[in-house]
Amino acid sequence: MTLTMFTLNAFYGLALAMNMFIIASGLNLIFGVLRVINFAHGMFYMFGAYIVFTVAKTWGAPFFVGVLAAAAGLAIIALVIERLLLRHLYDKEHLMQLLFTFALVLLMSDAAKMIWGTDQYSVGYPPGLGGAVNLGFVVLPQYQLFLCVVGPAIAIAMWLLVDRTRWGRIVRAATQDREMLAALGVNVPMVYAAVFTIGSALAGVGGALAAPRVALVPGMDATIINECFIIVIIGGLGNLWGSFLGALAFGFVVQFGTVWAPNWQDVLPYVLMLVVLIIRPWGLLGRPETGH
Amino acid sequence: MPQRRHLVASAIVVLLLALLPLAGSRYAIDLTTEVLIYVLFALSLNVLIGFTGNISFGHAAYFAIGGYACAILLTTHGWPLALALPAAVVLAGLVAAVVGYFCVRLTQIYFAMLTLAFAMLVWGVAFKWKAVTGGDDGFTGIKMPEMISHHVGYFYFTLVMVSVGAAALWVICHSAFGLTLVAIRENSVRAGFIGVDTKHMRWAAFAVAGTFGGLAGALFGMYHRGMYIENAFWTESANVLIMVLLGGIYSFVGPIFGAAALHLLQTFTNQYTPYWPTVLGLILLVIVLVLPDGLIGLVARLKGRRGTHKGRS
Repeated sequence: MTLTMFTLNAFYGLALAMNMFIIASGLNLIFGVLRVINFAHGMFYMFGAYIVFTVAKTWGAPFFVGVLAAAAGLAIIALVIERLLLRHLYDKEHLMQLLFTFALVLLMSDAAKMIWGTDQYSVGYPPGLGGAVNLGFVVLPQYQLFLCVVGPAIAIAMWLLVDRTRWGRIVRAATQDREMLAALGVNVPMVYAAVFTIGSALAGVGGALAAPRVALVPGMDATIINECFIIVIIGGLGNLWGSFLGALAFGFVVQFGTVWAPNWQDVLPYVLMLVVLIIRPWGLLGRPETGH
Repeated sequence: MPQRRHLVASAIVVLLLALLPLAGSRYAIDLTTEVLIYVLFALSLNVLIGFTGNISFGHAAYFAIGGYACAILLTTHGWPLALALPAAVVLAGLVAAVVGYFCVRLTQIYFAMLTLAFAMLVWGVAFKWKAVTGGDDGFTGIKMPEMISHHVGYFYFTLVMVSVGAAALWVICHSAFGLTLVAIRENSVRAGFIGVDTKHMRWAAFAVAGTFGGLAGALFGMYHRGMYIENAFWTESANVLIMVLLGGIYSFVGPIFGAAALHLLQTFTNQYTPYWPTVLGLILLVIVLVLPDGLIGLVARLKGRRGTHKGRS
């Protein structure tokens, strides 16, 4: 493999990793605070992509208006779901929460079919990002370059929000001891609602940003949710930088797998995850579970 | 233990089912065959969920392994059924034992995620190993032995296999081993204190569940004359999980009713509307929000209410 080819593949792997990170970080945030594995996260991603299609392509609005619409749309959907239904389930078993999110998957998949039908759609690259940048020995597409900037930016923003603000301190406290936090006068249900909303909006943004790269078809949610699981499990459930690492590992394995082991690139991430879990059962940066 | 009553009741049910072909309806026979297969699949999963308290989200893997192995051995390698079926079941059990070895190191949500991961690996292999499994075209045209190639013959074959499988699972779940599993479900720390090797027991339960799941898969593949990668996908694992929960996990017979109810409902719904996922989603919401102990729990609650009523009057 020449240097040019290697750079190009590494770059595409990185871009894929960053797009996946944006989606997976939302799933990870929700799990870290609410302890809910949200199977509907892939569905939120799909809705994000479809919303950007409707806003940017059908209505002709600028692409980034579509991205904002996707974020806002998913935030509203998530808030309604959390306030109406999910908040009644925090005290129940994990199994009930899993089933609840699976029910969301089923209901939303039919809703998507009713709204958008079953045709395949595509969204073009936004104007100004459709070109390429020539580095001399390699030519890199602008949109992927843009993803490589947005991904780390979101990671840093989330880190600042959770690790450096008062609200972030409350969120971290909520992961440790909910009752104590409530006793201190914090409105814990609102914290939960906010976390679920932000996490879901990230899925919407991730889907919107993925739309120019992928085909929009029913079922695009089912593979993405598995890939997000792989990423957060590799990194360690609930750990932000773990998800970042997991996304990087995932992106490179898939991209180089396509080159070196074509046909098996879809299986390789699972192999990667199994290897990680056998060596470190709680993920690269995760900590061993303590009781409940 | 009212063992005798149960035995008589099961014998009557099996006998009644055996009389079904006399009614002569091809549709009824096929539908019952499908339900029987799902009953065994759901019962096998409940060994893990109901008795051991471990939620597997990847049970379709063993169903698919049993199904594919039996199909491939019969068709590609031309083995007789008497060898292919046991080999497929043993293979499913062995894979479950290997996977279980890693999974039982974790508990709760981590356990569930790891079972899901292994199942998706199985799906990936079925998808990509085109030369052997047929890839996303599925493995079709399974060579069936003459004796059970007719739908009535296959119905009796399934009835016998599922009855034997269910009986074996009943014995396992009510043996000392099964009671140990319940102890682990109720309080695994205490079970450990009294000297139970909880990891070992959960491992054994995992292998048992995989073995019988494999048998169900083998029956399923032969019934449909083919196996498809969808049978290994995580949605299939979710489906059987819903069957178990709908019936009720805290009783042995619960999953039987859950499997029958869900499969019949799906079949009938599909005749009227393409929106089965919506119906299933609504059913799930009902289970989650108002029926956490399933149909069996509902029946028990209704009985209980009537009982107290009688007592008072």
